[in-house]
Amino acid sequence: MNSLKQIFGGNTRQFGMIFALVALVVFFQWRTGGKTLTSGNMMNLFNGNSYILILAIGMVLVIIAGHIDLSVGSIAAFVGIVVAIAMRDWGIPWYMGVVLGLLLGAVIGVWQGFWVAYVGIPAFIVTLAGMLIFRGANQAVGDSNTVPVPEGFQYLGAGYLPEVGPNTGYNNLTLLIGFALVAFVVYSEFKSRRKLEKINADLPPMWVPIVKLVLLSAVILYATYLFATGRPGTSFPIPGIILGILVIIYAFISNKTIAGRHVYAVGGNRHAAELSGVQSKRVNFMVMMNMSILAALAGMIFVGRSTASGPFDGTGWELDAIAAVFIGGAAVTGGVGTVVGSIIGGLVMAVLNNGLQLLGIGADLTQIIKGLVLLVAVAFDVYNKIQGKPSIIGLLTRNFGGGGGAKKPVTPAPQSAPTEQAVGTKEVISHDV
Amino acid sequence: MNNHTILEMRSITKEFPGVKALSDVSLEVQAGEIHAICGENGAGKSTLMKVLSGLYPHGDYTGEIIFQGEEVRFKDIRSSEAAGIVIIHQELALIPELSIAENIFLGNEPTRFGVINWDYVNNTTLELLARVGLSEDPITKIKDIGVGKQQLVEIAKALNKSVKLLILDEPTAALNESDSQHLLDLMAGLRSKGISCIMISHKLNEIEQIADSITIIRDGKSIETLHVKNDGVDEDRIIRGMVGRSLESRFPDHTPSIGETFFEVRNWTVGHPTVSDRLVCKNSSFHVRRGEIVGFAGLMGAGRTELARSVFGRSYGTFKSGQILIDGKEVTLRSVPQAIDAGLAYVTEDRKSLGLNLLDDIKTTTVSADLKKITRGLVVDRDEEFRVAEEYRQTLRTKTPSVNEGVAKLSGGNQQKVVLAKWMFTDPDLLILDEPTRGIDVGAKYEIYGIIQKLAEQGKGVIVISSELPELLGLSDRIYTIFEGAITGELTRDDANQESLMKLMTASRKSA
Repeated sequence: MNSLKQIFGGNTRQFGMIFALVALVVFFQWRTGGKTLTSGNMMNLFNGNSYILILAIGMVLVIIAGHIDLSVGSIAAFVGIVVAIAMRDWGIPWYMGVVLGLLLGAVIGVWQGFWVAYVGIPAFIVTLAGMLIFRGANQAVGDSNTVPVPEGFQYLGAGYLPEVGPNTGYNNLTLLIGFALVAFVVYSEFKSRRKLEKINADLPPMWVPIVKLVLLSAVILYATYLFATGRPGTSFPIPGIILGILVIIYAFISNKTIAGRHVYAVGGNRHAAELSGVQSKRVNFMVMMNMSILAALAGMIFVGRSTASGPFDGTGWELDAIAAVFIGGAAVTGGVGTVVGSIIGGLVMAVLNNGLQLLGIGADLTQIIKGLVLLVAVAFDVYNKIQGKPSIIGLLTRNFGGGGGAKKPVTPAPQSAPTEQAVGTKEVISHDV
Repeated sequence: MNNHTILEMRSITKEFPGVKALSDVSLEVQAGEIHAICGENGAGKSTLMKVLSGLYPHGDYTGEIIFQGEEVRFKDIRSSEAAGIVIIHQELALIPELSIAENIFLGNEPTRFGVINWDYVNNTTLELLARVGLSEDPITKIKDIGVGKQQLVEIAKALNKSVKLLILDEPTAALNESDSQHLLDLMAGLRSKGISCIMISHKLNEIEQIADSITIIRDGKSIETLHVKNDGVDEDRIIRGMVGRSLESRFPDHTPSIGETFFEVRNWTVGHPTVSDRLVCKNSSFHVRRGEIVGFAGLMGAGRTELARSVFGRSYGTFKSGQILIDGKEVTLRSVPQAIDAGLAYVTEDRKSLGLNLLDDIKTTTVSADLKKITRGLVVDRDEEFRVAEEYRQTLRTKTPSVNEGVAKLSGGNQQKVVLAKWMFTDPDLLILDEPTRGIDVGAKYEIYGIIQKLAEQGKGVIVISSELPELLGLSDRIYTIFEGAITGELTRDDANQESLMKLMTASRKSA
């Protein structure tokens, strides 16, 4: 339990979400008679949800800073149509289309960031306006028509890694990624353990990291196996790879850099941050602009996957992204949340969606269930905040001989949790206040 | 005047966790008098009034309250208002977007068949406004009338509740001269109609002018009650009562070694952030020498914080004019980062809402004002962060199991140590400490004083802003006094005492 907590951070809700995710996968695997954990379905899952998860990365930063962005779906659609038309009518190559799309996202981001950060209009209003403006712009530019995109561009949303090297019966690049990931996990675990030794902190017993590494490696290798053994020509999908790279970059930024610290500081207490020398306007501007760029990317990936840009692309995406962020442990009041948590939250929704579909449950019921899951996840948190008690997950972990939720990390030293420990502590405090 | 007691509070004691805010306080108010309560900030005046108005319900305190000859046990503000006791707070409780009439009848709307009887509301409001000498249309919105008139609306609202005892907390603090005078006249008028008033005020000249009797509270105890007419009370007499405590040795030993002037502010003038015509700092000049602790004395709202924050990277108000010189060279500090780079640090008076991110833990807070110092390449070095925080935890003796704890869990004194650590980590030349010991118990105060003195011994300049005069007198090498945004005096350690400071801080006419 501790080891899991050390991997994914001390945030009780996030921790709970990992359990929920595992439980959901197991449940659907059982109910669907093994149709969930298949190569094809897993690829589908990533292809069909990566754009929402990419939005969730940007959205969590927006929400940590204390804002919201309702315009991401419309921006994605607008960028999609502009890029599609530019490639069709001007004949620019697909990679220049991508560059154009990102630039357009940045320009839209400047527009929205300006209103939010420098004019001081609440982001809810600015992005509600943006939602209307860019949806309209999409339909104006595209004449409410569907515009197909060239094959190169489709690679972005539905592509796979090429086959290289000897014929092993697996996709070699996928195997390579899997092995590299395992090596990295092992390396970073021992690196942080060495650090602990250096500062003479109490080390967890040796079996903790070993169990942790074995479990984690098993999961990674199993996933690698699934993705590497799909029908010929498939691999870990390209959108998944883009998502993975973004998660790494943004987890790094939010955890390890000054910019990341400033986002949390502004969201936690804007005035205190300003008096500590944080330029909150710039932070708000960057966060809003970043969101629009990621929305542009998500829009292009979606267009690539569906082979054409249409007038109703991206409807409701903002709500899926926001739901993922809140399920992943962010606070409506800002200052709390993590990139990894939001991805887990998004995956919970994705697995739920996928599993219910495989079971043949209709879209109506699926929506109801998803809505209830969001409500229950957040209600759970609010209830615990009022009661000042650890969550049920926290109690469970205590009985398992853990540290009693995130309140008492078993290892007192700060480096034990590679990613979100600081944030986990935040969450606990907000429970207590 | 009929000479009977309307209110008697007997041996009121009120404790907060760890602090005895009131101990054995007694207060007796006669019917139809204006009774002033005087005391320094934090002496317990407001706490006493919260007990009286039921904000701290019966059972929260010990002692008894006798109102109109009967013991009363208020369980909330509603029950005290029902008895005829109405409190008007320093921050007015009016809703800006509603009309005068709507505000007066808020929560008390007369209805006929469930519909508000607007004729009655507006007519009654007109009568009430006439009684307080205010000629405004009842449907005027509160936000469209000035603070002085808003104060009168509050009183009209109280009259509507058939008030017998009116409590006014710093009623003239936000008012200009003529509005203040109007209010005082109105209070005298109410007195002649048999309504008693309790008035809390720092403006001793007003108290001398209008009060019939004065109760002085010091350190949570009622010291004495003076009868203005019989006892020949004047401002000096009140001040002596207020500050009469002897200076115990509450300060660590410290031998100042003062160097040359390195920080100077000249003719500093700053406007209010939204109403830029209103000046919050008026042509203020001061300087600080190396190794010197400079005190800033002034009552709450005098403009001390405004001055400090406007100097600290213009983080408050709209800059009008003035110069800052560091080591004789003029510098322009337009933003907080510039001020920090120039070697300034500002520790705010409002720790919770301006000083700390309560979601953060100790280590992230400690390094938050100078993250660059622990950043290698792009990465904030968490090992270094832990080491730095741990170092400060030990030198400042912050009481916490670990620097991974959240700052929200710490006591006030330990929170303040974390904030001090955060600014010490920026290695400033000048530290501005705004109420550094507010809400901190005595033991922790002593430690904070020690830290301040050590900083001065390291050759840093320290500005201490404080409402507690003994603290300023014990710490400072030199003290400036501020009144209504202007620096009214500069006293050396030898010249300064509580009386001389209090006179300059209240701009008492006698000192002029």
